[in-house]
Amino acid sequence: MNQHARTISLTVNGHAVTAAVAPRTHLADFLREQRLLTGTHLGCEHGVCGACTILIDGEPARSCITYAVACDGRSVTTVEGLDADPLAAELRDAFSAEHGLQCGFCTPGMLVAARDVVQRLPDADDAAVRVAMSGNLCRCTGYVGIVNAIRRVLDARKPRPE
Amino acid sequence: MKAADFDYAAPRTLDDALALLARDDGAARPVAGSQSLGPMLNLRLAQPGLLVDITRIPELRDIAVDGDALVVGACVTHARLEDGGYPDPTGGVPARVAAGIAYRAVRNRGTIGGSLAHADPAADWVAALTALGADVIVAGPHGRRSVAMADFIVGAFETDLRPGEIIAAVRIPALSERARWGYVKVCRKTGEFSHATGAVLADPGRGVARCVVAAASGRPVVLDDPRLLADAAARDAAVAARLGGDPAAIRPHLVALRRAVAQVTP
Ligand SMILES: Cc1cc2nc3c(=O)[nH]c(=O)nc-3n(C[C@H](O)[C@H](O)[C@H](O)COP(=O)(O)OP(=O)(O)OC[C@H]3O[C@@H](n4cnc5c(N)ncnc54)[C@H](O)[C@@H]3O)c2cc1C
Ligand code: FES
Ligand code: FES
Repeated sequence: MNQHARTISLTVNGHAVTAAVAPRTHLADFLREQRLLTGTHLGCEHGVCGACTILIDGEPARSCITYAVACDGRSVTTVEGLDADPLAAELRDAFSAEHGLQCGFCTPGMLVAARDVVQRLPDADDAAVRVAMSGNLCRCTGYVGIVNAIRRVLDARKPRPE
Repeated sequence: MKAADFDYAAPRTLDDALALLARDDGAARPVAGSQSLGPMLNLRLAQPGLLVDITRIPELRDIAVDGDALVVGACVTHARLEDGGYPDPTGGVPARVAAGIAYRAVRNRGTIGGSLAHADPAADWVAALTALGADVIVAGPHGRRSVAMADFIVGAFETDLRPGEIIAAVRIPALSERARWGYVKVCRKTGEFSHATGAVLADPGRGVARCVVAAASGRPVVLDDPRLLADAAARDAAVAARLGGDPAAIRPHLVALRRAVAQVTP
């Protein structure tokens, strides 16, 4: 083990985890290689593409430029941890209905970012959705399907006049 | 794309952090949100021996009004400033600037202090806090000192920070009721670093009429001259004289500033 290894305790997808980590190990490598949670994808490893976006204490963050050692005591949620989340379920259905994914590489980060957009910006129009999602890159879809999927979920959640 | 080996400490007090950073081999480095340092570590552009994580020091996370200023702790994130909910004698300027930085996932961790210490010429706080006439409160082994923003940024990626010092807070002067704020970033893609930034503070109540041009090659250009708000030709000439170089290359800066001026001109 690394000479600078530290023991950290955190919550990963609701489970308490205690693990030794090298300070240089970023959170995505910790999740993928030590926790075998390979739903978190790595594209650029310098904060630009958004593929690695996960939740720390409920807020989206880049797991490639956040070090695992800095997450001692935090609660981390990956795309796997959103399996039973009702909003994530709505988004998954909408992404498949609207062709919001093709190869799927960007999708875990897209779902995490999209969930935050729906929660934080319930009144967003399409332009606002595009701005809020601009930190997540997709090489396949051209974004139209992704924006439509988020639109579908936002609209479905709007209170309907009786 | 993996960082070289480093050691890590997360002190709970400012004194402990300063003691760790006082190592005289220069290998210790503070880290806040790691949203600029992380990429540099992963690309091995930075290879520190020890990272001192300062985000668990409570006093660095405070936002407070002190006299006629908003005092923002160095480790306050862009997202917290974006969301508001704190007393703000500047009428919402920090929230507006913060909302335009990068993407929410970056704003959730990146900090105002880290952004200033990194001193990317294209960084939003570098431009905005210069225009606001803020002061940087620096803490070091010999106590605290206050440095005006215009003196703090020395050049591209260069600040007035001395070895062993950290930014503790930023002091933003309150604006008067009549103050107007203009801020424009020229970007090809939403959320990316600016190619040219114009920032304007017109605060007749305090006798301030300041134009700032940033995201050029060095420190921001500051023009304190009320006539420049009304006279576009004089303004363009003043900016061109300060930036120098290829007229085509400075055009985006003239445009950014013109648009920022338009925001403050009723
Ligand atoms: C994809 C992406 C897009 C971005 N776009 C923008 C943008 O449009 N505009 C913009 O302004 N920024 C942008 N950023 C940068 C972002 O704002 C960073 O949050 C910020 O530059 C650094 O803050 P940090 O807290 O993450 O600092 P860190 O990365 O932790 O540290 C940066 C540097 O400052 C030092 N440091 C940190 N805190 C202190 C302190 N209190 N005292 C002394 N030294 C300190 C560190 O040693 C290091 O040298 C972007 C970043 C990414 C990844
Ligand atoms: S892998 Fe983290 S942002 Fe690209
Ligand atoms: S679906 Fe292939 S990158 Fe987005």
